[in-house]
Amino acid sequence: MALLDYFLRKKGKQVTTASKAKERLQIIVAHERNSRNKQPDYLPELTEDILKVLRKYIEVSDESFSINLDKKEGDLNVLELNIELHDERKVS
Amino acid sequence: MARIIVVTSGKGGVGKTTSSAAIGLGLALKGHKVVLIDFDIGLRNLDLIMGCERRVVYDFVNVINGEATLNQALIKDKRVSSLSILPASQTRDKDALNKENVGKVLEELGKDYDFIVCDSPAGIEAGAMMALYYADEAVVTTNPEVSSVRDSDRILGMLASRSRRAELGLEPIKEHLLLTRYSPKRVEEGEMLSVEDVEDILSIPLLGVIPESQAVLKASNAGEPVILDTESDAGQAYQDVIERLLGETVDFRFLQAEKKGIFSRLFGG
Repeated sequence: MALLDYFLRKKGKQVTTASKAKERLQIIVAHERNSRNKQPDYLPELTEDILKVLRKYIEVSDESFSINLDKKEGDLNVLELNIELHDERKVS
Repeated sequence: MARIIVVTSGKGGVGKTTSSAAIGLGLALKGHKVVLIDFDIGLRNLDLIMGCERRVVYDFVNVINGEATLNQALIKDKRVSSLSILPASQTRDKDALNKENVGKVLEELGKDYDFIVCDSPAGIEAGAMMALYYADEAVVTTNPEVSSVRDSDRILGMLASRSRRAELGLEPIKEHLLLTRYSPKRVEEGEMLSVEDVEDILSIPLLGVIPESQAVLKASNAGEPVILDTESDAGQAYQDVIERLLGETVDFRFLQAEKKGIFSRLFGG
């Protein structure tokens, strides 16, 4: 029934399995790439150490401190530290 | 310096060994000195595809353990004198290879050869990591099928993070997409991912498209890499791959289904 198939196929433009495959792949691949680029394992420990050093000199609450490792274009990684300094209260 | 090319994929059965054999032989036919290394320790198969299985005396692991010299283990191809094969071992000792001893062997081979083609095992375990660690370039062999494309993407992640080039912060491994078992007819019917679909998802440059072909099985039956079958579509597609690896620009062939005659169109077949 090739003749019949030919006309039926032309009429109903249904979603092909190939386009479903592409859509599913795009979603899962994007998801997996995201989790692949997650923060490195050493970040929590590094954060602790940096805080320890900072606290030798200034008062830093957990809320006024943030650390972030960002992947920029190409091979560039940026380690971003944000420390809010209130007033110059020395610990020592 | 030799160019170290790893043929990899993540998923098994997509055509890594077939492609390694074709690429190795194809480069050698162009006059380059090539060594083909089988990294699939425990599951040696490159020797069969190359048709030299009865000439294996020593293997990769023997060389690493100092039980044989490289020259004793290398098998000279009978068809092309500038091609040698280093067979994998059949030992089940998976930890036989490590970065240090593999690095030494590659360094020694690099003095004598223009190309070192590494046939990777499937998976993302130690063997596959070893095969890609020292690579300068990677041929990511992919079938137009969901699980293969997903696994290829994972391997791309490994190439970018677990290779020597990544660890030393050198220029990243040059990635090539090799789409195998491609069926233009099924693509036209919406049953198979197209070249463009796979390129969209993986976003790496296309090295070649090898059509699904009966010539591939015939070639492995005979132990004659399919690139020698110059009449076949797959053989010709691999020849185009060689040209592109050598820097030539070649149009992609075998992307359209063969046009059927009016009779078969109307009455099937």
